[in-house]
Amino acid sequence: MADTIKIKIDGKEIITSKGKTILEAATDNGVFIPTLCHFPGVPPKGSCRVCTVKVNNRFMTSCSTPAADGMNISNNHEEIVDYRKSIVELLFVSGNHFCPACEKSGNCELQALAYRLGMLVPRFPFSFPKKAVDASSPKIIKEQNRCILCKRCIKTIKDKEGKRYFAFSHRGNQLEVILDKQMGNTISDKLAKQAMENCPVGSIIYKGKGFSDPIGKRKYDKKPIGSHIEK
Amino acid sequence: MSKKITIEPVTRVEGHGKVTIKLDDLGRVTESRLHIVEFRGFERFVQGRPYWEAPVLVQRLCGICPVSHHLAAAKALDVIVGAGTGEGLTVTGEKVRRLMHYGQFFQSHVLHFFHLSSPDFLFGIDAAPELRNIIAVAQENKDLAYQGIMMRKYGQEVIAATAGKKVHGTGAIPGGVNKNLTLAERDNLLKGPDPMSADKMVEWSLGALDFFKHYHKNNQQMVDNYASFPSNHLSLVRKDGALDIYHGVLRAVDNEGRRILNDVDYQDYNNYIEEEVRNWTYMKFPYLKEYGREKGWYRVGPLARLNVCDFIPTPLAQKEFEEFKAYTKGKPNGMSLHYHWARLIEVLHSAEVMRDLLNDPDLQGNDLVVKGARQGEGVGVIEAPRGTLFHHYKVDDNDLITMANLIVSTTNNNEPMNRAVNATAKAFMNGKQEITEPMMNAVEVAIRAYDPCLSCATHALGQMPLEVTLMNEQDEIIDQKIKG
Ligand code: SF4
Ligand code: FES
Repeated sequence: MADTIKIKIDGKEIITSKGKTILEAATDNGVFIPTLCHFPGVPPKGSCRVCTVKVNNRFMTSCSTPAADGMNISNNHEEIVDYRKSIVELLFVSGNHFCPACEKSGNCELQALAYRLGMLVPRFPFSFPKKAVDASSPKIIKEQNRCILCKRCIKTIKDKEGKRYFAFSHRGNQLEVILDKQMGNTISDKLAKQAMENCPVGSIIYKGKGFSDPIGKRKYDKKPIGSHIEK
Repeated sequence: MSKKITIEPVTRVEGHGKVTIKLDDLGRVTESRLHIVEFRGFERFVQGRPYWEAPVLVQRLCGICPVSHHLAAAKALDVIVGAGTGEGLTVTGEKVRRLMHYGQFFQSHVLHFFHLSSPDFLFGIDAAPELRNIIAVAQENKDLAYQGIMMRKYGQEVIAATAGKKVHGTGAIPGGVNKNLTLAERDNLLKGPDPMSADKMVEWSLGALDFFKHYHKNNQQMVDNYASFPSNHLSLVRKDGALDIYHGVLRAVDNEGRRILNDVDYQDYNNYIEEEVRNWTYMKFPYLKEYGREKGWYRVGPLARLNVCDFIPTPLAQKEFEEFKAYTKGKPNGMSLHYHWARLIEVLHSAEVMRDLLNDPDLQGNDLVVKGARQGEGVGVIEAPRGTLFHHYKVDDNDLITMANLIVSTTNNNEPMNRAVNATAKAFMNGKQEITEPMMNAVEVAIRAYDPCLSCATHALGQMPLEVTLMNEQDEIIDQKIKG
């Protein structure tokens, strides 16, 4: 079949179809590649770089690189794992991530990745940025201390006309993802919950949900992130 | 020349303490102070945070009795989410919280008695330092040490089953709980692998009480006279006067047992309790407003609770309570070392309550949370193992906390602990020129009876540091000993 291509990930031969990204090919075949900014169903942007793999000895983001016949991909190599870990560590030190009191704990992708990658303490100094909490919407708290600027909320949370609720604001190290004041005032219950769900961390909090998921029943309590993909 | 003695840091209490003893020119103790560098930062940390984070955040004050903070905060937030002031939860919500609280009460009291205090009873107050720990207890009395360790573990299992984790769980949420007790969890606690069963805990609690009573009989003089002084006593009691560590009204009695605070609603605690600041310590001195700072200070904790309540609503503990009351002819008991006695009666009571709750099918209910009309302010009060604990929050229209005030148990016991230190210093240090090891330990024994949580933020089990400084009237240091 002309559409079928063969790639290798960590020596494992994978048959996939043309047009798939490396990430999709891997996921379809039970190989876990960590992601943060990528959200299934939305065009990839390749901004967080946690999905980096080595293709024929060059670093590439697997979420945005199409698989091509004969690619030799390195995924779980020590060097790559450490590289990903350093990205996760950077995210930790560039925000204020206080897991013990965060209601997303146990359901947080950043925390789960840190565990999976074996992060104990970041190798970089904490920057303790001064960040605000915007609680003015009746449905949502936008917790800037925890935002990793992945854009998942911007890309996925829209009203019926396609208008976005979340947007970038400021520049450089002041860059923030904010909830539009007016849109935030009228956001539906359903969308507000969806926004919390789509955010990989605890930066979008649906008001009043609190700690309603008991410990033991949270996404990553029993199994590390990625285990649902791995076969 | 007059002197001042400092004992620092205090060992086998939760945290770190420093004691200063002042002597006059004749070498007589004039004043003793227990200085505590208490960590009050949490009241600031929670400002600006969503209110439902408080029970999870504030419990980090402590690794020994976090459940107390967790529940006191949750109770305050019940008020804020319109779930009433303690009686409005669903039966499952309230009972699961109670089980969590009695479990933690049990483990905390057990830790204090077996791990921290039993060495004093087994080896004596002047025993060598290397004997004063749980390892030495294990060598001397294997059963006692084993029971202590397993009882603590049992309490922690109860916490894990109700809060999700042994330490710093999330079980209590505003308006209720996030899980019930599954049948498997219940069976595991009711009749777990030997010795982890509810009945065994009751049996061993009786044994621990016997151990203390035996010690008391043989050392009556010492136990009764050690840092003994009259005081007022404050605690929560159930509306009918029963001992209740989870919920009730605030009652205080004076030295004669007269009610000086008559079963008031703790939402108004501010009307009754004031806190005094003294320039030499970070810890405030609470007192009953109506009686002023000189006369209004009070004790809290096990001794105070048994002095305040009319009865204990479980049969075995009630029997012990009657014996305890008879010892002082029904009058309030002011003997500091009787804290241990009272504490062990509460251990027994907790074991009985846990057993009864585990047999209660309401724990398997599915109706977990109640919400009503949102309020802007709420107070939660609970009896923590160490005494009455107050949490008070104000929340704005956007759900963020604007104000938090906590009065922790150890703060409530500040004045009595200072008095206990002073009484001990007088008994052991009058006319002495230098600090000896037994003297230091004597001061610690007095402090330890109150089971203070001195740091509520840092602790290293078993090795709590103590510094004692002896000073003269001119505030010159004459002797100083540090251990830890
Ligand atoms: S709020 Fe969440 S989803 Fe949106 S950019 Fe920040 S981290 Fe990503
Ligand atoms: S997931 Fe690929 S770059 Fe973020």
